[in-house]
Amino acid sequence: MTATISQTAPISHSSSGERAVILVEDVHKYYDLGETRVHALRGVSASIERGEFVSIMGASGGGKSTFMNILGCLDKPTSGRYILEGTEVSKLDKKELALIRNRKIGFVFQGFNLLARTTAQENVELPTLYAQVSRDEGRKRAHESLELVGLGDRTHHYPSQLSGGQQQRVAIARALVNRPSILLADEPTGNLDSRTAVEIMDIFQKLNDKGLTIILVTHEPDVAQFAKRSLFFRDGKIRKDEAVLNRPVASEVLKNMPILED
Amino acid sequence: MDLMAIIRIAMRALARNKLRSILTMLGIIIGVGAVIAMVSVGQGAQQQAQQQIAAMGSNMLYVSSGTVNRNGMRMGWGATKTLVMEDMDAIKKECPAVRDAAPGSQTTAQVVFGSDNWATNIIGTSPQYFDVRTWPFAEGTSFTQDDVTTAANVAVIGETVRKNLFGATEPVGETININNIPFQVTGVLSMKGTSGGFGQDQDDVILIPITTLQKKITGQDWLRWIMVSAISRQASYAAQEQITAVLRDRHRIRPGEDDDFFVRNLADIAQLADQNAQLFTILLGSIASISLIVGGIGIMNIMLVSVTERTREIGIRMAIGATEGDVQQQFLIEAIVLSLAGGAIGIFSGLAASYLITHTLHWPVLVSPAAIIAAVIFSMAVGIFFGFYPARKAARLDPIEALRYE
Ligand SMILES: Nc1ncnc2c1ncn2[C@@H]1O[C@H](COP(=O)(O)OP(=O)(O)O)[C@@H](O)[C@H]1O
Ligand SMILES: [Mg+2]
Repeated sequence: MTATISQTAPISHSSSGERAVILVEDVHKYYDLGETRVHALRGVSASIERGEFVSIMGASGGGKSTFMNILGCLDKPTSGRYILEGTEVSKLDKKELALIRNRKIGFVFQGFNLLARTTAQENVELPTLYAQVSRDEGRKRAHESLELVGLGDRTHHYPSQLSGGQQQRVAIARALVNRPSILLADEPTGNLDSRTAVEIMDIFQKLNDKGLTIILVTHEPDVAQFAKRSLFFRDGKIRKDEAVLNRPVASEVLKNMPILED
Repeated sequence: MDLMAIIRIAMRALARNKLRSILTMLGIIIGVGAVIAMVSVGQGAQQQAQQQIAAMGSNMLYVSSGTVNRNGMRMGWGATKTLVMEDMDAIKKECPAVRDAAPGSQTTAQVVFGSDNWATNIIGTSPQYFDVRTWPFAEGTSFTQDDVTTAANVAVIGETVRKNLFGATEPVGETININNIPFQVTGVLSMKGTSGGFGQDQDDVILIPITTLQKKITGQDWLRWIMVSAISRQASYAAQEQITAVLRDRHRIRPGEDDDFFVRNLADIAQLADQNAQLFTILLGSIASISLIVGGIGIMNIMLVSVTERTREIGIRMAIGATEGDVQQQFLIEAIVLSLAGGAIGIFSGLAASYLITHTLHWPVLVSPAAIIAAVIFSMAVGIFFGFYPARKAARLDPIEALRYE
């Protein structure tokens, strides 16, 4: 029996409700480095439902990125189960994982990871080239995606001609272009100043309001407070899982922040 | 994912790095250009050889005095003195497959006209020679059979001799001096060109009656060769056998003993010249092919550098949904596009080089469509062969490691 990503039958023994998009059970990940073994994850269990906005906090080396890479199907757990929209990911082959990365998940990185010497429009089109999308449709979607992040007027700029905040918005537009149901962001504001960070959070909140599930890694509490729920990682385990109280609205916060010149 | 999209991705990637793409193509451009130019030169030589032999007449035979064993030493062509005028008469009379024949002996001499002089080949023969060789006159006529009988001082000159001795002067009727003996010019031969098989200028020649040459210049009474024309092309092999039989009989060669003469069928010579030219083509072509392979290695080299340099790009592509197959195809197609584009430019530079060779060196050049098609197929094969390993290397990268690569 092979699982396919179109299969969305709920897992019956799911402990945390039927609506979980992401269900992680006792996930371990270790890296063998010759003699020593690095335990990056030591038994992580979590359930994330559709429409959630989760922040993952914790000190450096706590396993946050490792966890995100597993959620993003870039890496596989050493043991434990990861069920994405009802599909057990560990049973998928490389091709099926690539398909998930292309359609179901959008990934945003700290370092933007845009292709140099490639316009914003072309960078955003990239995922559509690997999807069964016509050229015109891909172009149209890329343009819409750029407008969604407020860069409709920068489509023909190269990354080197854009500020850090603008580059990250291009990366977000790229992550959204194939209309995924989950957005994963690993320290997306790590390289940005505080106002730009809030601008990115504004985009995230608006996307989340429209139903997108977002998981965001950050080590800045100021950024994490814009999410609805916070997970704290330490030494490869989730130590705390709590709802965010008094969540600020990013667009309101921006009104009280000084505008800095790039 | 469909091929068009992959091709588009590959083209974009190449366009992003124009200078490197062009430098990568350079090896293939030179390789394909060299193959086309060299094969064109080789085939030009082949065609010229064939044309010249066709012009000589394929029903022609060449009889020459042969080798002889003297004290165990084997002498080359023309070493024996056994071929004589009577042999020729016998060939004409006794061989039914023979239409006509002309005797020949030759030497070189200094020729003077007025204040000009020129060292050239002097051939002694009979008027039939021009018929047997199907060699028309540009001006004047041949000397006659009477001139041969009386050993008259008359001469027919080739175009090269005319050019060097006479310039603008009309030669027919003028007197030239060969070894201080005056000869009257009766005719000028049309231009024949350089011989394909022998590489010598056939127009650098003066023809005089055989008797005159033997009595007044060389003092020898034997022949170096006899040119024979068969009654037809098909009859040339029969003529060869008949001549051999007649000469063996006349020279009293017992069964089992070697001939003291050679009979060469021009059809054989034509074949030989053709083989030589073909060998020449293959030789030039394979030397040029080596540069094509070097070009392919250049592509592999740059593609490997490119894969390393673009590790992060590969990681990004994988993170947004490219499969291993997508990445492998992209790099493979990049290599093929580079080698095909290089091949296309190479064809044009090869054609340009062929044109230059014809117009500056005056070598005959024949551009063959087969060489062009082969160049296209070969450069594509080079792209696939030398692009495969780098492409596989790219596809095997781990996405996380690739994304972390600085
Ligand atoms: N590819 C790898 N090879 C070896 N060790 C790794 C690798 N990736 C991560 N680690 C180790 O796993 C632990 C968790 O890393 P990471 O998930 O990047 O933490 P965080 O993102 O919270 O800073 C660290 O000790 C790190 O050194
Ligand atoms: Mg990290």
